[in-house]
Amino acid sequence: MNHTDATNHNKLSVNPTATGVLFTDPAMNEDLYKCVHCGFCLQACPTYIQTGLETESPRGRLALMKGVNEGRLKINDDVTEHWDMCIQCRACEDVCPSGVPYGRLIEETMVQVAKTRKSSVLKNAITWLLLRKILPDQVLLSGLMGVMRIYQKIGLHRLVSAVKMLHIIPGNLGSLHALMPRISDKFFSANGQVYHVFGEPRATVAFLSGCIMPLINEAEMRAAIRVLTRNQVKVIVPEGQGCCGAIHSHVGDLNKAKDLARKNIDAFLSEEIDAVLSSSAGCSTRMKEYRDLLQDDEVYSNKAELLSSKVKDINEFLYELPIDPPKGRLEANVTYQDPCHLAHTQKIKDQPRELLKLIPGLNLIEMRNSDRCCGAGGTYVITQHQMSLKLMEDKMDAIQDTDADIVTTANPGCWLQMKQGSRKSNKSLKVKYITDLLDQSYQAENETIPGIEKVRKVFNQSIWEKEKLELRSQWKNRTGDRRKRRNR
Amino acid sequence: MINTQLIKRLQAVVGKQYVLNKESDLITFEYDGSVDRSQPTVVVLPSTSGEVSQLMKLASEYDIPIVARGAATGLSGGAIAEQGGILLSLTRMNRIVEIDPENQFAVVEPGVINLELSQAVSKFDLYYAPDPSSQQACTIGGNIAENSGGPHCLAYGVTTNHVLGIEVVTADGEISWYGNRTRECPGYDLRGIMIGSEGTLSIVTKAILRLIRKPESVKTLLAIYKDLDQASAAVAEVIGSGIIPAAMEMMDDLAIKAVEPAVHAGYPENAGAVLLVEVEGLSESVEEETFEIEKVMDKYEPLEIRIAKNDLDRAKLWAGRKGALGALGRLAPNYYLIDGTIPPSNLVEVMSKIKEISAEHNLPIANVLHAGDGNLHPAILFDEKNPKETQLALKIGGDILKLCVDKGGALSGEHGIGIEKRQYMPYMFSTDDLKSMTKLKTVFDPKSLLNPGKIFPVEPDQLEGTVGQSSQISKVGNNAYL
Repeated sequence: MNHTDATNHNKLSVNPTATGVLFTDPAMNEDLYKCVHCGFCLQACPTYIQTGLETESPRGRLALMKGVNEGRLKINDDVTEHWDMCIQCRACEDVCPSGVPYGRLIEETMVQVAKTRKSSVLKNAITWLLLRKILPDQVLLSGLMGVMRIYQKIGLHRLVSAVKMLHIIPGNLGSLHALMPRISDKFFSANGQVYHVFGEPRATVAFLSGCIMPLINEAEMRAAIRVLTRNQVKVIVPEGQGCCGAIHSHVGDLNKAKDLARKNIDAFLSEEIDAVLSSSAGCSTRMKEYRDLLQDDEVYSNKAELLSSKVKDINEFLYELPIDPPKGRLEANVTYQDPCHLAHTQKIKDQPRELLKLIPGLNLIEMRNSDRCCGAGGTYVITQHQMSLKLMEDKMDAIQDTDADIVTTANPGCWLQMKQGSRKSNKSLKVKYITDLLDQSYQAENETIPGIEKVRKVFNQSIWEKEKLELRSQWKNRTGDRRKRRNR
Repeated sequence: MINTQLIKRLQAVVGKQYVLNKESDLITFEYDGSVDRSQPTVVVLPSTSGEVSQLMKLASEYDIPIVARGAATGLSGGAIAEQGGILLSLTRMNRIVEIDPENQFAVVEPGVINLELSQAVSKFDLYYAPDPSSQQACTIGGNIAENSGGPHCLAYGVTTNHVLGIEVVTADGEISWYGNRTRECPGYDLRGIMIGSEGTLSIVTKAILRLIRKPESVKTLLAIYKDLDQASAAVAEVIGSGIIPAAMEMMDDLAIKAVEPAVHAGYPENAGAVLLVEVEGLSESVEEETFEIEKVMDKYEPLEIRIAKNDLDRAKLWAGRKGALGALGRLAPNYYLIDGTIPPSNLVEVMSKIKEISAEHNLPIANVLHAGDGNLHPAILFDEKNPKETQLALKIGGDILKLCVDKGGALSGEHGIGIEKRQYMPYMFSTDDLKSMTKLKTVFDPKSLLNPGKIFPVEPDQLEGTVGQSSQISKVGNNAYL
């Protein structure tokens, strides 16, 4: 054997089992070195497509992980800027022939980054307040959003934008203001309410209320529940649930993510249910992965496994049920944007399309690259605003080329992003959840059966009265508890 | 080696943000799809031929190597800046400049993705035929440098058969065109010399590519055999009888075992080998050819022959083939993918030899091959945590390549020589052959700045006495090529 063989060998023999600096867990280490840098992921990565830079590709980011892991690089801004640029859409996992669990690796990497990152005191304080205090506390969050609603209602936000007074605020807060979604007139909340059905239910499900979604998508969530009850599915919205914790794990705060997971597990498993549903693809992904998140938790690992096995995205559930085909006509050109957390992480691509195709009159037109990220990505819109804008513009172009009147999706992040996009470049475009259109079609079929609407209204009214009574007693109990606590 | 003055001048050409030389940047440019790695001194991302020309002139002025890089999906180390210097990442030059559907050609920049070109011309019912397995990610520039193949190259030929002309930046920084927009070009075929030269002669900055009309009819067959010999013999006879299917792929038992649980393509797991055959063309001729192929395959007692009923069926059968290499990860932590060719008539003999080698060294070898072309892709399965196994895998790789040469084949079918296989070049070529080739290099690149060190083992003077001792060609003598 000659010298070249020997050098080849040296290059091959990076020892992948030794625990590294970045990943101390040997299993994680092994996963990292599954990447054989074939490059198949490049054209799946939205940030690589935008920049053409290896550093902004999954393969490049894994190389940086290896660099740090092997002690060749230090975790500093030069390195972290490329990890930060990752939207965590996980489109790369779909095309990876070696099965590298990129999502888990980048998540763990961000945990390590969070440990070393030196941010300004202000930024830390804001992050802490937002992620640790506000998001997990639905009462506080609703209160704040209530104030925001008034702010929007009286038109103050337009005034603030018009006089450009936000320029005096440092950082991204100015753009944050522009991104502020329209707050719902009513909020959805999880009070243990039950939505009954005529006769024997085909299934009983628990419904995730979530954190942001109930404040901006109240009407859409009610539509989703109507679609379920219309199909003889009894829906419970258990009390005590909260934010799923997805955003926390994205930014590397795994401890809080675990806390939130435990809280939700307790809330959902206290009910007799066939499935746990979410209208948000991001949340259903997170809850399906509670089993991984809590696998080392002595008390909760089994419960997490049980809960995760019951979680379904609402579109997946409706497709499998299967639903009664709606009969109300809906003449519209509709396109569908795959949420990353539905298409890539849950591999759910056909089901939403099949549901749409059930609607009479609806013309489903595929847009190009429908499973490429729209740039929303949780906090990404704020932290990587420029890249997020570029991706949104590409997405709006793709939608425009289909001549669709309505773009549908299945995740609040995408919904918000495309609302933003339509406001900017395509004002006539409507943004809807799939369940919105199903609901619309079911409603339209009521119009064709005389009298049914009245019957339904009376029935719903009676349920609502029952609910109101239940709520009132719960509210009394709770305020009573609070008073007791205060007195103590 | 690189001074700040040069960095400034590079920045002046392409803009500050497109010159990368931080440690964290360079570490992501040190690899391609192969096992080798080496860091460039600086990465530059030009966006026009003019910029490439200026960069080439700078490299020449400062006497530093310059290595072109596309998507770096290559498997022989071609896009690795082994001796440092400027790594020219051409990903920003990704425009489709012109599509001429009437005359069936397109003018593209080197950073265009292979599959994206086919998608872009699909509305004219055209496509770009060479389809390497990495076509979803690899660039036309890289395809030209390596003269890439793919399953469908059996009927349509490899990259060089689809490039009408190229615009190149030569070693002195001049921009020239070789070839033109028509099929024939008088004079020396300089275009042909550049294609497959692995970036050692010039840098391709534009290419005029032939486009092909999509076939009217496509039929895909899967033949399942109890053992490898029967399948190999069937391939040899189909090709030998003069039938040219669009593609003729083979997978052995180990590859099937890996891919079936991963992809569920419907291959029976107890099969010794499967043949995947695709026939394309006019409906009538497809029917006829399929019938002929079936007749030949029947002679070798297949367990079953399946014909895909619809596009979904076809896609499923192909998914098995395309997912095969990735799925090998299920059998072992690492694999070393060999790329050698043999005349198809020797398929039975060589395949059984490879099985013997595998048994002898007790390392499993999975075979996924473009059988119709005689282009073998044995994948040696090993675990790099075991240094002995790694060493052995490399040795076996060499043995198999030598076996290919001994049986009248070549060291590479489509991956190129690069760093990976240059040590075996003397096994295939005599000193004189290698000297002539390196002489050609000095004509185009006298200072040896373009991707230096690739393809050829060492300086030609040092080759004396070490070369061609056991090679088939040296045994036959210099007349072997006549």
